[in-house]
Amino acid sequence: MTFIAAPPTAWEWIADHRGEILHLAIQHVQLTVLAVAIGTAISLPLSVYAFRHRATYAPITWFTGLLYTIPSLALFVILIPITGLTVWTAEIGLVSYTLLILIRNFVVGLRGVPDDVKEAAQGMGFTKRQLLWRVEIPLALPAIIAGIRIATVSTIGLVTVAALIGKGGFGQLILEGLNQFYNTEIILGALLSVAFALIADLLLLLLQKVLTPWSRARPARVMPERALRRSEELVAG
Amino acid sequence: MHTFVDVFNWLTDPAHWSGTDGIPLRVWQHVEISLVAVAIAAAVAIPVGLLVGHTRRFEFLAVSIANVGRAIPSFAVLVLAFVLVLDILPQSHKSLAFGFTPTVIALVLLAIPPIVTNTYVGIQAVDPDTVEAARGMGMSGREVLLRLEAPLAAPLAMAGLRTAAVTVVATATLAALIGGGGLGRYIVDGLARGDTPMLVSGAVLVAILAIITELSFALLERAVTPRTRSGRRRRAPRPGAEALPEAIRA
Repeated sequence: MTFIAAPPTAWEWIADHRGEILHLAIQHVQLTVLAVAIGTAISLPLSVYAFRHRATYAPITWFTGLLYTIPSLALFVILIPITGLTVWTAEIGLVSYTLLILIRNFVVGLRGVPDDVKEAAQGMGFTKRQLLWRVEIPLALPAIIAGIRIATVSTIGLVTVAALIGKGGFGQLILEGLNQFYNTEIILGALLSVAFALIADLLLLLLQKVLTPWSRARPARVMPERALRRSEELVAG
Repeated sequence: MHTFVDVFNWLTDPAHWSGTDGIPLRVWQHVEISLVAVAIAAAVAIPVGLLVGHTRRFEFLAVSIANVGRAIPSFAVLVLAFVLVLDILPQSHKSLAFGFTPTVIALVLLAIPPIVTNTYVGIQAVDPDTVEAARGMGMSGREVLLRLEAPLAAPLAMAGLRTAAVTVVATATLAALIGGGGLGRYIVDGLARGDTPMLVSGAVLVAILAIITELSFALLERAVTPRTRSGRRRRAPRPGAEALPEAIRA
């Protein structure tokens, strides 16, 4: 095993590759945003349906759970004969993984809307559609955004694997570093991916605070059972 | 669609079912490394989860580790484990850094957070009144932990183990990138050689193995779920399953 005699220092290397790193960052953001956006667009109607027709919840989570179980690299590869090495190979895989997370959280959120609030809205003459858009979804927003946060953070991690099928992103740095035994590149790829995940998580948390100024409840993902119990107590008291 | 016929032919070709690159050996390598990793992770994570849940200390740390763990790509963990092991080993033993050792280290690191969190959440979900009643009956702290909290937390701890196992099987696929064996070999070699039937066959085998893992652990989870007196299984308390949808993915 031979190692490069005098590798450039980490900062020199980063300075020399600014353009490439920026390009990979843009790819990483694009792949993530597209996956979460499509995932949300699919999950929201499915969740509303599963919420209204309780019997469909189990089969929906069973199927999305099955998709979730398939390792990402395997799913990407299985899609290659169908979609080739296009961006859709990565996107279909990434979207598949968001579905389980999003649907579970969305349904928990919708189920958490107190009955008396809904009854009050119906008493005021709200149609089913008005009830959904003006009462149920707004009140479920903390759980909905909590789901989007988890989905976003895990998608950002999965995008690194997409580099193996040539889709770029920070995984490209890890892969190149591995092939050239250049640790700086590997660590940089890992750090940038983690940093992006944390920033995205924080931005979404801020978005939730702005959208639901009335809510100080803990995000549903910490202890949904407890959050539900608390809302029940609020109803009872 | 022609590719799927090729894949079927590849998978049913007797030549691919024997030898050092045969399917049985590759499956066994994959299962072996996954079992070792999950066993080590469970041996570390279950006691930690039990203690954190029982003593109610370091709870913040346990939840934070799980949340941060989700942000760290498993691909990065694996590659970092590889370069670290490669750096640490003396020149004469560098060959050890390829494959098994760094992969097990990475897989253990990835498997610990979901097991700790789920065990801890499982204990936390035990009704405080029940714990108080047990205390009132004269049970010591140790007895409460081992005879009350641990059995009640078992289904959730098992769910954590399931999450960990599926993550491990998925990530073990990437071991081939750092010179390891397992089913990932077919994918990595298939990509390198442009051998699509081999590539897709490898992916199909990995997907099947992951699904079998998930189902086996789901059965185990059922087995440890306490029965009520009527003989029916109590519905497992699953705050964690809802709360932490499967920490990390590979």
